[in-house]
Amino acid sequence: MTTALRPQVSVRADGRSVVLRRGRASVVVRPPSVSVGAALLVALVVVGALTLSVGEFPVPVGDVVRSLLGRGDAGVDFIVLDLRLPRLVCGLLVGAAFGLAGALTQAVARNPLASPDVLGVTAGATAAAVAVLVLGGPRTTALPVAALVGGVLTAVVVFLLAARRGVVGVRLVLVGIGVSATLQAATNYLLLRADITQAQAATVWLTGSLNGRGWTEVVTVGVAVAVLLPVALLLTRPVGVLQFGDDTARGLGVRVGATRSVLVLLAVALAALATAAAGPIAFVALSAPQIAVRLVRTPGLPLVTAGLVGALLVATADLLARRLLAPTDLPVGVVTAVLGAPFLLWLLARASGLAGRP
Amino acid sequence: MSRLEARELELSYDDRLIVKGLSVAIPDGEVTVIVGANACGKSTLLRGLARLLRPQGGQVLLDGQAIGSLRTRDVARVLGLLPQSPTAPDGLTVGDLVGRGRNPHQRWFAQWSESDEDAVTEALRRTGTAELAARPVDELSGGQRQRVWIAMTLAQGTDLLLLDEPTTYLDLAHQVEVLDLIADLNARDGRTVVMVLHDLNQACRYADHLIAMRNGAVYAEGRPEDVITEDVVQQVFGLQARVVPDPVTGTPLVLPLSSRHRRSAGQP
Repeated sequence: MTTALRPQVSVRADGRSVVLRRGRASVVVRPPSVSVGAALLVALVVVGALTLSVGEFPVPVGDVVRSLLGRGDAGVDFIVLDLRLPRLVCGLLVGAAFGLAGALTQAVARNPLASPDVLGVTAGATAAAVAVLVLGGPRTTALPVAALVGGVLTAVVVFLLAARRGVVGVRLVLVGIGVSATLQAATNYLLLRADITQAQAATVWLTGSLNGRGWTEVVTVGVAVAVLLPVALLLTRPVGVLQFGDDTARGLGVRVGATRSVLVLLAVALAALATAAAGPIAFVALSAPQIAVRLVRTPGLPLVTAGLVGALLVATADLLARRLLAPTDLPVGVVTAVLGAPFLLWLLARASGLAGRP
Repeated sequence: MSRLEARELELSYDDRLIVKGLSVAIPDGEVTVIVGANACGKSTLLRGLARLLRPQGGQVLLDGQAIGSLRTRDVARVLGLLPQSPTAPDGLTVGDLVGRGRNPHQRWFAQWSESDEDAVTEALRRTGTAELAARPVDELSGGQRQRVWIAMTLAQGTDLLLLDEPTTYLDLAHQVEVLDLIADLNARDGRTVVMVLHDLNQACRYADHLIAMRNGAVYAEGRPEDVITEDVVQQVFGLQARVVPDPVTGTPLVLPLSSRHRRSAGQP
């Protein structure tokens, strides 16, 4: 009886993946994805513990754990649970959302240059959010809605302008860059019209900052990730087939148009809601999927790994942002830009064999 | 009998009508080859038959039903397709590529069944690519790569195979190798094959049924020896040629008369 319930394990012909079967159900597991995922989780725990521990008021890791278990004293609880934890969780979720959004966008465009930033989604969400900040709308309720609507509308416009017999790719990227530039101009105009305090608040938000983020933002992004990640995971297989191009994918039974629309919608929603929570944190959506691909070395875009890498990037960057020039609290977007750009350049150089040459 | 048919089919790119009211029935269990001059609409017809293009008029019927009304996944279990120059993501291994052929048979909860495994193993064996399974596709030679792509469509396990110029960019030896493989898939497994070929003599050698297209319509169709005459070659390709029996196979062999040789060869 026990043998009937135990899944049957076999290794696929190419020796790079393991199949678990039970009855009609079967799952393919790739050992590299599992080990990379585990390593990333460990790194997340370390960075998370450090984030909760270090600061103007250092808390030993033991006290951090006691607070998390509900056994800390009131003062430590306030610092760990009320000040540092929401900011950490928000950073993790925002990073995961950007990483996922980037992976989905790159899968749709079949172009490693594509990301919600390049496709104008972030610029659209930003322009709408700045409008809310500058025109003095209610920040907690109106900002996420405005960012989502702005992101979706921009994506629709970019896709309509780029659509020509369903062609995506370079054209999509170019149209995205053009639309982004237009929206950035609109954002700048709004900032010029705003009074100085509103403009200053908006500028910090524009760089991407987790300073002062609380449970409200955590809930918005958390719900988005919790709802949209499973949908994205269900689409992993068709996304893999889409990488072969439209004709082959359709020949293999993928509903290319419908799949692509759902993917874009998922990416736009994730990027827009993450932007609403923390501002447009630069480079995360672009670099997280590329780092993930190079870590796991499996075909197709590893969605979960990209999300984990995104979370790790933002959490680490925010830790640095808080401590690098302490007591000055840098916006996290400054750090991701400073770290992300050269890292991506290094990856690209390594990929084309430049760095490997003597 | 024909499982795949086109009726009064009209296909266009942008606003240009390429295939104009074409009707054709693909004979089951045979190798059908579509030939014609450049831009005559032969690849467009193949794409239409494979439901990659939505008809402007008329329809494509698969087992008597309009192919556009069927679920694309169900079509993909019956009809396999190899596009003209397929591309694979960087670093993809042969085993993974061929495994993708099983996509129409898979679900999120059934990602790799035993029949998937068997179909892929068999496809690798039939195409002589089993020993390449762990190699990245982008490291293969042109001939190997084409065999691997055919293995992918083979793993799909479809009764109908549509191939768009499967010998493009291959040297002569590899062209023959690929065409022999395709002929074998038809002869041994009884798969219906439809392919577009450029080389008229190869088309005559490998086709049971030849469709000669001109200007978006069928100019002539039937057995190669019935279809390929000096007059048809003149009308379809705008080429003066002699047609003689192929000394190896007995099928028509088309020998073009270039202006330089026309005088010395003379007219029969």
